[in-house]
Amino acid sequence: MPPPLLQLTGVAKSFRRGRDNLSVLHDINLNVDRGEFVAIVGFSGSGKTTLISLIAGLIAPDAGKILVADRPVVGPGLDRGVVFQNYSLLPWLTVFENVALAVEQAFPNWPFEKRCRHIERFIEMVNLTPARGKRPAELSGGMRQRVSVARALAVEPEILLLDEPLGALDALTRATLQDEIERIWERDRKTVVLITNDLDEAMLLADRIVPLTAGPRATLGPSFAVPADRPRDRQNVARAPEFKQLRRELTEWLLTVARGKPMRGDHKETSTPQVSLVREAV
Amino acid sequence: MNDRRFPFDWLLLPLVALVACGLLWSLSSATWAKSLPSPLKTWEMSKPYVLQPFAKRGELDQGVLRFAWYSLVLVAKGYSLALLAGVPLGLLLGMSKIFTRGFDPIIQILRPVSPLAWLPLGLILFQKSEPAAVFTIAICSMWPTVLNTAVGVRAVPQDYLNVGRVLQFTRWQMLSKILLPATLPYMFTGFRLSLGIAWLVIVAAEMLTGVPGVGGFLWQEYNSLIYEHIILCILTIGLVGFVLDRLMSLIESRFRTPDLAR
Repeated sequence: MPPPLLQLTGVAKSFRRGRDNLSVLHDINLNVDRGEFVAIVGFSGSGKTTLISLIAGLIAPDAGKILVADRPVVGPGLDRGVVFQNYSLLPWLTVFENVALAVEQAFPNWPFEKRCRHIERFIEMVNLTPARGKRPAELSGGMRQRVSVARALAVEPEILLLDEPLGALDALTRATLQDEIERIWERDRKTVVLITNDLDEAMLLADRIVPLTAGPRATLGPSFAVPADRPRDRQNVARAPEFKQLRRELTEWLLTVARGKPMRGDHKETSTPQVSLVREAV
Repeated sequence: MNDRRFPFDWLLLPLVALVACGLLWSLSSATWAKSLPSPLKTWEMSKPYVLQPFAKRGELDQGVLRFAWYSLVLVAKGYSLALLAGVPLGLLLGMSKIFTRGFDPIIQILRPVSPLAWLPLGLILFQKSEPAAVFTIAICSMWPTVLNTAVGVRAVPQDYLNVGRVLQFTRWQMLSKILLPATLPYMFTGFRLSLGIAWLVIVAAEMLTGVPGVGGFLWQEYNSLIYEHIILCILTIGLVGFVLDRLMSLIESRFRTPDLAR
């Protein structure tokens, strides 16, 4: 049994707010195996983005260890591709150039031709070849997020970190992109950590779902395995009894834990993870 | 608000306003301001300067656009210096909080100093009037570029910087591939404002130093009591300034990156 690709042990992070030290994450333990798709679901404002920033190396933990392939994370690296919630495309570059920016950085020694083919391949993978010369402002939200996915994948990272990638999209675009992420994942079975507040999205895509308790001092709950048949049918995820059961268990766990926490005045308002409308719409 | 549109209003309305101003001018010169030349007299006296705008009949007797050209060349020199000094200074201010805390008070104190105050210092430093004028233009016109560049750098979204960090950009790559392109729209706003100031300063500098140019011409004609030419110069300065501003905003709009909904 090989060691997990990603290991978080006793990770904690707090931020200074004025004189107070607001503890956001506390005692986070998580192992992700190579090729595993793990979804972390939690309340908005519970520190999900902080968790992904820690794994990405954009911020450093106060305590605990983060290892990728047994090497400690000391900063951002090309072994971890990040898809940010707000796309983070550079508006003055075209689709092609945005992806090229990452590819040039990841494979500087490749000949020009090879890099171009590589870029085109990933643009095609997210079905954006007709828009390759457009700038982000000319694209819809869904298309922008596709570019962002292509940019992250084109670097060929060991781990793909998705920070609520579909959170800002409308329900129908969301569904299409979920299917697309599933299709791409089926192809090369990359290790993925997906952060989401959508239980159905997590159940559709992930092998394993780990709930994050409400903050402050949020921590990870027990793992919930998702019934393994793939590719998963959206209809099936909506209706099959084992998924209904899983959804009930997860919701119950999240709500119980949330009730167990005293609400603090200075803390951001929390809301229940949404059970998306796609289920009813499709 | 009443904003009615009719055919050719874009042409007719300014024309009506122009005629109104002309009437006011004629009336004034005919009644309470006897020494103010009338529009007709101004035109007659200015004819040779306007109809042969690039003529050179003597050192002090040249077409009005030729004078304007001398001024523009001088402005170009001072303005280039202003941009060369202003952009790096603005980048530093935008990137470093420590630098900002140190230098901001100094900049705030130097910024409102009038060109008329800088000019003598320039004359002392460079002994000649032309470099003194260039120095004055540079130091007066660089502030909008400095401040806008700094604001632009501070306004670069953290998301863009995170992209660079995830891709492990070096400091130089961060500057050239993310900071500079993201700041460009702000810098061009600064460039446009700086050019406006540079054009304001040149006239004052020429008047004080006697460097040939549209401002120098204005002062010389005042001393020769040819008041019509003062008006000619004022109109020329205004027109050239307007054209410069239009050109710059044209360039500015080309570099405006569309805002993305975040």
